[in-house]
Order: sequence, then C-alpha cells, then structure tokens
Amino acid sequence: MCPRNSLAALPWFHEALPRLDSPPTTAYPRPIMYKHRVIDEPGRRLLRMTVNDSAIEIAVRPHKTLLEVLREDLFLTGTKHGCELGECGTCAILVDGEPVLSCLVLAIACEGKEIRTIEGMADGPELHPLQTTFADLGAAQCGYCTPGFLLTAQALLDENPDPTRQEIKNALAGNLCRCTGYLKIYEAVELAAKRMRNGSDSEAKR
Amino acid sequence: MSEYRVIGKPLRKVDATDKVLGKTLFADDLIKPRMLFCKLLRSHIPHGTVGKVDIGPALAMPGVIAGLIGEDLPTTFGILPISQDEHALALDKVRFVGDPIAAIVAEDEETAEAAIHLIQAELEPLDSISSIDQAIRTPEPRIHDYGAYGNIHKLVNLEFGDVEEGFAEADHVREDMVFFEGNTHLPIEQHASLADWSPDGKLTLWSSTQTPHYVHKALARVLGMPAARIRVIACPNGGGFGGKSDPFNHEIVVAELARRTGRPVKITLTREEVFYCHRGRHPILMRVKSGVKKDGSITGMHFQSLLDGGGYGSYGVASTFYSGALQTVTYNIKRYKFDGARMFTNKPPCGPKRGHGTPQPRHALEVHLDKIAEDLHLDPAEMRLNNLVPPDSVTANYLKVGTMGLGKCIEKVIEGSGWKEKHRKMPHGRGIGIACSSYLSGAGLPIYWNSMPHSGVMLKLDRGGGVAVFCGSIDIGQGSDSVLAYVVAEVLGIDPFDIRVVTADTDLTPVDLGSYSSRVTLMSGNAALQAAEKARELLAQAAAEKLEVPSGEIVFADGRVFWASDPEKGMSFAKAVVAAESKFGTIGTVGSYTPPRSPGQYKGAGVGPSPAYSYSAAIAEVDVDPETGIVSARKIWIGHDIGQSINPMLVIGQVEGGVYMGLGEALMEEMAYRDRVNIVHKTPSMLDYKSPTTHEMCEVETYLVEDPDPNGPFGAKEVGQGPLLPTIPAIANAVYDAVGVRIDEVPITPEKVLRAIRAKEKGKDPRIGPTKFPEPEWSEPLVVPPPWEGGDGKPVEKKEVAG
Amino acid sequence: MLRLPNFHYHVPESLAEAVRIKKDLGPLAMFVAGGTDLYPKMKRRQQEPHHVVQIGHLEELQGVRRLDDGSCRIGAGITLTTLAGDTTLKRDYPALAEAAHLVASPQLRNVGTLGGNLCLDTRCNYYDQTYEWRKGISFCLKKDGDTCWVARSSPKCLAVTSTDTAPVAIALAAEIELVSTRGDRTVPAGDFYSNDGIRYLTKDPDELVTGIRLPPPNGWRSSYVKLRRRGTFDFPVLGIAAWIRRGDGGTDAPVEEARIVLGAVFSEPVLAPEAADALIGRPLSTETISDAADAMYKLAKPMDNTDFLLSWRKEMVKPYTKKALEKLIG
Repeated sequence: MCPRNSLAALPWFHEALPRLDSPPTTAYPRPIMYKHRVIDEPGRRLLRMTVNDSAIEIAVRPHKTLLEVLREDLFLTGTKHGCELGECGTCAILVDGEPVLSCLVLAIACEGKEIRTIEGMADGPELHPLQTTFADLGAAQCGYCTPGFLLTAQALLDENPDPTRQEIKNALAGNLCRCTGYLKIYEAVELAAKRMRNGSDSEAKR
Repeated sequence: MSEYRVIGKPLRKVDATDKVLGKTLFADDLIKPRMLFCKLLRSHIPHGTVGKVDIGPALAMPGVIAGLIGEDLPTTFGILPISQDEHALALDKVRFVGDPIAAIVAEDEETAEAAIHLIQAELEPLDSISSIDQAIRTPEPRIHDYGAYGNIHKLVNLEFGDVEEGFAEADHVREDMVFFEGNTHLPIEQHASLADWSPDGKLTLWSSTQTPHYVHKALARVLGMPAARIRVIACPNGGGFGGKSDPFNHEIVVAELARRTGRPVKITLTREEVFYCHRGRHPILMRVKSGVKKDGSITGMHFQSLLDGGGYGSYGVASTFYSGALQTVTYNIKRYKFDGARMFTNKPPCGPKRGHGTPQPRHALEVHLDKIAEDLHLDPAEMRLNNLVPPDSVTANYLKVGTMGLGKCIEKVIEGSGWKEKHRKMPHGRGIGIACSSYLSGAGLPIYWNSMPHSGVMLKLDRGGGVAVFCGSIDIGQGSDSVLAYVVAEVLGIDPFDIRVVTADTDLTPVDLGSYSSRVTLMSGNAALQAAEKARELLAQAAAEKLEVPSGEIVFADGRVFWASDPEKGMSFAKAVVAAESKFGTIGTVGSYTPPRSPGQYKGAGVGPSPAYSYSAAIAEVDVDPETGIVSARKIWIGHDIGQSINPMLVIGQVEGGVYMGLGEALMEEMAYRDRVNIVHKTPSMLDYKSPTTHEMCEVETYLVEDPDPNGPFGAKEVGQGPLLPTIPAIANAVYDAVGVRIDEVPITPEKVLRAIRAKEKGKDPRIGPTKFPEPEWSEPLVVPPPWEGGDGKPVEKKEVAG
Repeated sequence: MLRLPNFHYHVPESLAEAVRIKKDLGPLAMFVAGGTDLYPKMKRRQQEPHHVVQIGHLEELQGVRRLDDGSCRIGAGITLTTLAGDTTLKRDYPALAEAAHLVASPQLRNVGTLGGNLCLDTRCNYYDQTYEWRKGISFCLKKDGDTCWVARSSPKCLAVTSTDTAPVAIALAAEIELVSTRGDRTVPAGDFYSNDGIRYLTKDPDELVTGIRLPPPNGWRSSYVKLRRRGTFDFPVLGIAAWIRRGDGGTDAPVEEARIVLGAVFSEPVLAPEAADALIGRPLSTETISDAADAMYKLAKPMDNTDFLLSWRKEMVKPYTKKALEKLIG
C-alpha cells in the first residue's frame, strides 16, 4: 500500500499517470495528445449525478465538459452552445439551483450534484410559468438562446420573486440574445414573476 | 382590424412551445447512428496559391475515415449566377485567412480536429489587399481573374436625369463623406450541417441555412448530381440575419464526405469559423452630394459607394446595386445619379446582413439630410415630412412605390418623443436625433433569371379536419411558420394551432426562395392565401350543397362552416372537409406568388423593385459624456409602416430586434482586422466582437402604422429588416444634438466622439470621418431619364457598362 | 465545438495533498478552482497542463472569517458571487465586493473564485485567441512564439493584468496567503505581482493561494471603478482602486494615508505613490482629486493589447481616477 499523501495514493493515479511518457514540447499537437485521443483509452470514470430529477450514472473522461456530456452522451440537446468559452451564456444550466455555464464545467466535477436543464424545467406536461410567458409574449424568437435565458431567469425568480427591471437586467447580463433586444424577455420574466407570486399567494390563502 | 379572427392578434407562435421546452431541433442537435464528424483546415495566410495538399498523414491517424482536398470538388459555386467564384475547398488559391483548404472526417470531432493539424498544405503567399483604397491602387495581383478590372469586382454607374442641372437649380449644395465599417450577424447558433447518403444514390442534407433552395442548386452543381436526388432540409435557424443565406463550403463538403463514406457526416463550425463565413455588412465609403431648395426639397443627388467586398463575390453585385437603390423611395429626388464599385480584398467575404446594402447609404443619407436641415435652419423632422415621396408613384430610378406611411411614422415619433421640446433644447450632453428609412418586402426579381413563382404553398386537408401547410420557407426566428398558419387559419376559420406546418424541405415542400430580403410574409403569405382560398372555395361549394344555401354565403369561422344568414345552419370544419372530399375527391390545393413586374427596364433595374416598401422613422435620445465620449442610448421611439400586422406581437418583436441590432452597429460592432503581421480578424470571439448586452439595450417605444398594402397578404408589409435602418443615423444625429460633433464613421465609438469634442474645444473642425475618396476608373453611366422627363424606364442611348 | 484537450484530473482530499501533487508534477500540473479562466485557455491551447488539480473544494480555501484583531480572512475558493454578496464585506470592504461584482457575468461569478481572479492570467489581443488564429501570426512571446506583437522590440511580454480584485487587494494592503510543500507564508498583495506578462506573479510556481487577509476596517474608505465597453462580460481596460484614511474631524479632515492602484494598464496592477502624495495632508477636494488624477495620468502607459485605442485608455485615467476618488468624498 502506498502511504497517504503520496501521489500514488490517488484513486486513479495508476491508470492515468503512466501515459506521461514523453516530455512536453511546445510543438502542437503533441504526440501525447494523440494517445489521449484514442477512443478506447482508459481514463473514463464513473460519474453519478442527478439530471432533471433522474439519477444518472455515466462513465466520462475528465476533459469532457458538462455541456458535451449533456448533449452528446445524454442526448439532452436542449442545452445549446454559442462559443464554448464562457462568452455568450447560451449553455447556461442550473447546478444545485445556481446558473452556471456548462461549457466551462467539467462533468466529473459534478459528482453528486443536481443538474437542471431546459428539458427538466416543465413539470410534466405543465410548462413552467416562465416558459408560458416566454412563449406567449414572443420572448423566444429563434429560440436558440432561450434555454439559457429561461434557466437563468428561473434561478432569479427562485431567489427573488419580485425583481425590478434593473434586477432582471443584472441577472440576465450573462446571456446574449441577438433577436429580441431583450425587451420581450424582460416582459416575460416580469409577467411570470407576477403570476408565480399570485399563484403562491392564492395557495397560501388556501 | 376587427373583422379578422386571427390576423392582427398577438398569438403565440406555432413553434414557440417547442422552443421554450428546448425541443426544437437545430442542425447541431441532430444525431444519427454511425455519424462521423468533419473538420476543415483553413488558410493561415490571406492570399496565396495552393500547391500540394497532403492529407496522407491525417488519414493515417486512428479514427480518421476520409478526407477531401480542393481537387476532389473542382466545380465552382456561389449564390449569384454571375459570381460562381467559390470552391468547396481551395483549388488554386486561398483568398482570406479562414478560407477552407481541406477536410477530414473522423469517428469523433476531437480526432478530426487533431488530424487537421497533420495535413501538409503548401501555400505560396501572394501580395494581399486589406482596404478599399489599396484595392483601387493595386490592380495586380488580382484576387479573382474576373470582374470589372484589376481588383474591382463590380462597377455600377447609373444616371437618372442631369444632376448637374439639379445642383445649378438648387439654393444650397452640400457634399458629405461617410464611412460605415463592416460588421457581422453574430447569430448565437453556429452554422451546422449534417449529410446522409443512401446507396440508392440519394443525398439528404440538414443545415442551418436561410436558403435551402439555393443550397439545393449549389449541391447539384458541385456534386454533379441530379437535383431530384438531393434533399435539403433547412433546420430552424438559431438566428440568421442574412449570415446563412449563401451556400457554404461546409455544406458541400459534408455532402461529398457522406457520399464517399456512406455514413452520416456532421460539421458544426466554431465561433471563430462563423466569423470567417461572415457575408456580413460591407464596409462602405460613401460620398453624397445634394442640391436642395430653401425648403429642403431635393433638386438633384449624386451618391457614390465604394464597397469592401472581401475575398469572394457572394451577393456583392446585388449589394453594390442596393447601396444606390433605395435612396429614392423616401424623399422626392428629382434627379439622381449613382456610382458604385465593389472591391475584392483578402478578408472574409461580405454579403447580406439585415438591410442588405442599404443601411450604410441610408445612414449616410440621413446624416447628410440632418446637416442640410441645419444649413437651411429647418427642423430636420419637418423638412423630411415636407418632401416625402407620394404614395402610388414611380421614383427617378423607376421603383414603384405603393402605400407609403412614412409621414404617419414621423408624426408618431415626433409626438411620442416630445421632439419639439427637446431638439436643440436639451442640456449639453443630452441629444435627440431623427432619421427615416424604407425597405423592401421582398425583392422583385429572383437571384437567378426565371419566370417561375418566388413562393409556393401546398395545402392538404384530410377528412379528420386536419390541415397541413407545405412551404419551402424557413423559419429563422422571425415567425414565418406561424405566418403560414395564421393566414390559412384566417381563411379557413380554424385555430392556427390545429394546423400542421411543414416547411423548408426540398423533397416535401414547394419552392420558396428563402428567408432573405424580407420576402417571406408577403410572398409565402400570398401563396398561402391563394391556396387557402382555393380550399375554402371547394369546401364552400360542398357545404353549400349540403346546407342547400348559396355557396357565396358560406362563412368559415370558429372551426365551423355555416350560412351567413343563419349560423345555426352549418357544420363543423371537419364535416365540411368530408363533404368536399366526397364531392371532389382528395382535397389539396396550391398557391403561388410571383411579384409584379417593375417599370424599370435598364441593366440594374432588377435590384430595388419590390411589391411593397415598408417605412420607418426613428427618434433616438442619447447621453454623451463630454469627458469620456461614451454614448449611451436612453430611449428610441420608432414608427413602422407595416401595412397590416399579421401578428402585432411578432411585428413589435422584429422592430425591437432591429433597433437592438442597429444600436449595436451604431455604437460598437465592427469587423476589425489587423493588417500588419497578417490580415487577421482582430476579434473573432463573442467576448471581443462587442454586441450589446442587457446593459446597453435601451427602452424602445414602437408605433405601428397600419395602412394595408394591396400587394401584401391582408395588406402586410415587411418588418424584419426595415427598423434597423433609421436607428443608426438617428443615434448619429442625436450625438450631434448632444455635443455638437459629427462622427461620420460608424461605429460611433467613444474614442471618436472624444476626439471630436476635443477638436471642437480647440476651435477645430468637430468632425471625425473620411476626408479622401479614392476614385476608381468609373465607367460611362447608363442614362435613364426619370418618368417626369418623359422616360420610359429604358436607357436613352446604349452605352457600354462594365461588369 | 471547441473542446478541452485531454488531461489527468486530480481531486486531492487535503491541501497538503494538493500542493504535493503540484510539487511532484511541476509545470505539467495546474491548479483549478472555478476554471473560468483556465478552461477557455486550455480550449484555445494557451494553457496546456497535462494535469489539472482541483482545489476549489478544499476546506482551507473556504469562508469569510473575522479574526480577533478585527482583520478579515477570505478563502481563495469562495466564489465571486459570494464575495460580491457578502453583507459583512459589503459593509467593511465595499471596494472589494464591488470589484467582485464587476467581474465577467453572473454565471461566471457563480463559479469563478477570488483566488482565480487574483491569479487571473494576463490578457492580450494577440494571445487570447485560438491556436489557429495565433498560428496565423506565428504566435507571440507569451505562448509558442518569440515576438511580442504589441511592441515588437519588447524583450518581455506586454500582456495586461485584467483582474478586478487585485487592484483593490493592493489598495487595501491585503496579504496573500500562500501554501506549498515548504510550508505557508503571506506576502503583501503589492508584492504579489510583477510587471511581466508571462511571469506576472512573484510566487513560486508550486505555491497555492489559499486566501487573503484584509486589515481591520478602521474608518478608512475604499472604492473601485472599472472601464470597459459593455456593462458586463468584459474585462477591464482600466481599473482604479482607491483607499484613503483621514485624520479625526470628519469628512473635511485631511487625508493621512492613501493608496491608489492602477489596474489593467501594465502587466501588473501598479500602486501610484505620486497620486497618493497629491492627496495626503489635504482634505479630499476637487482640487486634490484633480492633482491625483494628473499623477495617475502621467503614470499610465497603456499598450495596444486590449479593447479600445490606447490613447483613449490613457485619457480615461483622469476621469476614472476622479470617479474613484469622488466616491470617497463625504
């Protein structure tokens, strides 16, 4: 047995490290990278997370982003992408209720986390109030940035049920839209917030 | 309009529910068993000859299945029949950084990406050209061996009346120069395509394209296949704005790779590659000279445009004409002369972006008029109002204007914005500006010469009461699928959500030319109207027979078909279909639309005519920080002459989106290049190509002016592009009102504003803008006397025109 | 899609293990917490670690803690969202909370950490590009090339510091906590940076930033202003952090101590003693502020490495210094 605190004690050390057999060079692409791209190479690790309330168990390689795993392994193509560099907000999803960019989160860093994507926003056949207002007020034109906006707005309303226009602008400042000029999106968020408040009010009264 | 049940109502779009559920399948969302992934090797040099391209080392990599080089697809293509100047993969030359050279297809995208770097491509650099001025000065080496001469791709010289005479007649003559920098569409969806091949010899391509019909034609041409064996399905576009209107290299490449491998092949471009596809706004250097009377009426105008076209033709010839075409449809211009030249440069090709070729000249014109109003001590809004083109008239360049609601638009925004209390009356640093514009509701002529319809619709009614609309049009977010449903629902008296809309599939749907030139609502709407009216007629006849009432008195409403005199006497819509099917057999109807002929009959008269022109007037209020030059828009009021809203919510959405994009172009968006080390795009990323966020977008007040146009379905005109146009000059004019400086160069960045403010403080010319206008060797103009000089739309003497 | 290259991913169970891995693997390994700086750079092959060592979860990097002497310790692993929203910090160190709030976008702040922002890689228009783009200009000095395209004769890389929190940390005289296999130490934030676009941090490569310590908020005031094209997403093209301490006597009392820091101009955030001198000994006024702004203007020498023309960026130093200092009046 290896002593603790030594590198070799790391759970995946043995499968991973021996591949580092050639020194790094500045030339690109590096030979080592090719080896890593061999399709059946070892290095996948079992990941358990909850995606839209379903327990998921999937083997992923460390460098796979959550975006790639959602779209390409779980076929949840509702999560879109526009830059893969964290510059547009299109791939925003919720991790433990917080909006984050799935293009910059490693899937394996999501062990044990709760992921919510656009596919899990509606309650069965019932649209989320935000989905209803986005559809009814024309907040989705081409619809490509829409999932990112919806989930980010959902996180806002979960935390702040009665946001001002400025608070909505601030919360959605990480999502780019090229179709709407954002105005219909604000209106949809405001109307959904109002409906959700009224809904919960009436529930409370009952 | 109260008599309509569907038209004019703010309904949900028929595809909106799928979009908010994330269920809409964009091209990159498609997944096929055994699907392969393609990557392109792109040029790192801006101009050079292509020597040997060795993909052998890449093919040897495990996981790589196949590859292509230029020689594999030697046939040229291009959107315009006169500019078939592109190769799927560079064959002889590369013409900009990003020009595709070779393609690799592999089991996964990572492998394809890695393999691309193993390709050995011999490129021999040639001298490169990065600007309009340099293109004029540098005839050799030629970027293309066709065109007007040297590196001038296209020359246009048109003269409608003697402008010199117009200047002589004028009380005041003014000349201005304006430069409009290029910018790009930046759709959030990156282009993607998926091709599948059947050993039966059939090819299917799914693609994020605005023009499946033209992609279909290009594939048939380059692949040497019968068009009948090719099926192109345009997926919903995640934003288009004109950027997905050309047939692209990657579409042809994946089709060929699917044919070679027998497996589905997908490609999804990276954001940087989308910048290289470009086809966006041409940088244009413009000079405009006008003679005006004391009341601002225009006695003559000479407009000149120099377009930086980039490395390929694309829509450029049309763009060149467009940069001189629509000046005449807003204000009376008695004599008009236009010179346009498009250059080839070693940059990604420019093409059509929202407003195609017209926002730049519109900007120059509206700023020019603002200065003229100042010179004449006239209110710029009043001056515009007093010189409008009358409805139902023909312009100097033979454009037929029908309905014309610009006056009402101007009045609305003047009132809404409090113009009279604000203009030239607000404190230093705050300003207000006005500008107007017009745009086509579809081009009067197709891209390739033919006399077939521009849009076709088939309607299928089944005995269960189901209605399916089939049309080649593609929804790029503007709501064209919904327009089809609304139009048919209105005519047949049913719920639009009961209608199935099948669009943009060359196997299933009749041709619609595509989602460009703001043509879809008018053209496919008219085709749908015709098909629906035919179906209604069949149903009315059958129902009337059953009900024993005159068929002319049958009403279709609320899912029922009944007698106007006694609504109780009727049947459900489904029963009416059964009656009709019993009487006539299977019920299917077709409709098609061909625009009316335009009066112009000179070479070039094909660009500019439209069945109907939309009009917009915008007033912008801005803050300009005199210490920093930073401009922030406070609010924009915009009036838009829509003819008739099919769905006012979607119309306002288009207006707001157009204003948004105009705001971005006015203040920050630019395709900037470095040309020191290499001609590279300076900022090919979402972070560094600045597009407005929630923080920059301002409040917008929209006024819809409704005056139904006889050529539009229910009177509808366009809204997708027009509202962008006045936004940009309105902001420029507002900046002048705020701090008294003229920024005759778009975008109006803080650096320019501050430099002008500093110049003003020092008593120097408070203007930033071009001062030199390089002259290409213009050709002899084509002389066409305007209608009021007895012209008939034909040139008076045959003169040679280059290009 | 732009994708990450393959790498080995380590999730150490303790701080000791984390620094041990880094020690063993040397330059092949990089620490990552939020990844909002590193992962885009790996996708563009600007950074090419073979080993990525996750540290964001380590307990030593968490929390905001008030210490007995009134000072405050902030874990490097706390997210910028937490930092911007922490009520204690907003009260006692508003400039730091403000700087954190101005970083990137909401989603990125939910993941990005204080430590990551303090160690943010320097940026440059010629460097923050894809591998393909950089190949087109034969690369640059900072990565894979031998010329600094910002100034071809420059022997050193001129990439620009783009962190918002570092200028504030320097202005507040924060101490940076570092841990390595050799033990731990703290360095003044002002000594943590170096004016070299490549070696922009003075720490040893294997040292890990675990947190910062802020001196007790004894009546001094601080502010941060940021200049950029858009109100979100964008990195600063200019950042001004200001800190003053007045003598007794309220807002009219003379300034006794001041620190003004210029961010996003050089490869490191730069403390401007000349600007501070313009304030010291006099009450804060339009005049003293103007003098300080002049001193900052003289100091600033922006290069062509960010958005906007460098001449304008230089001109903006005056009004933005004024903005930062005006926030301290009253």
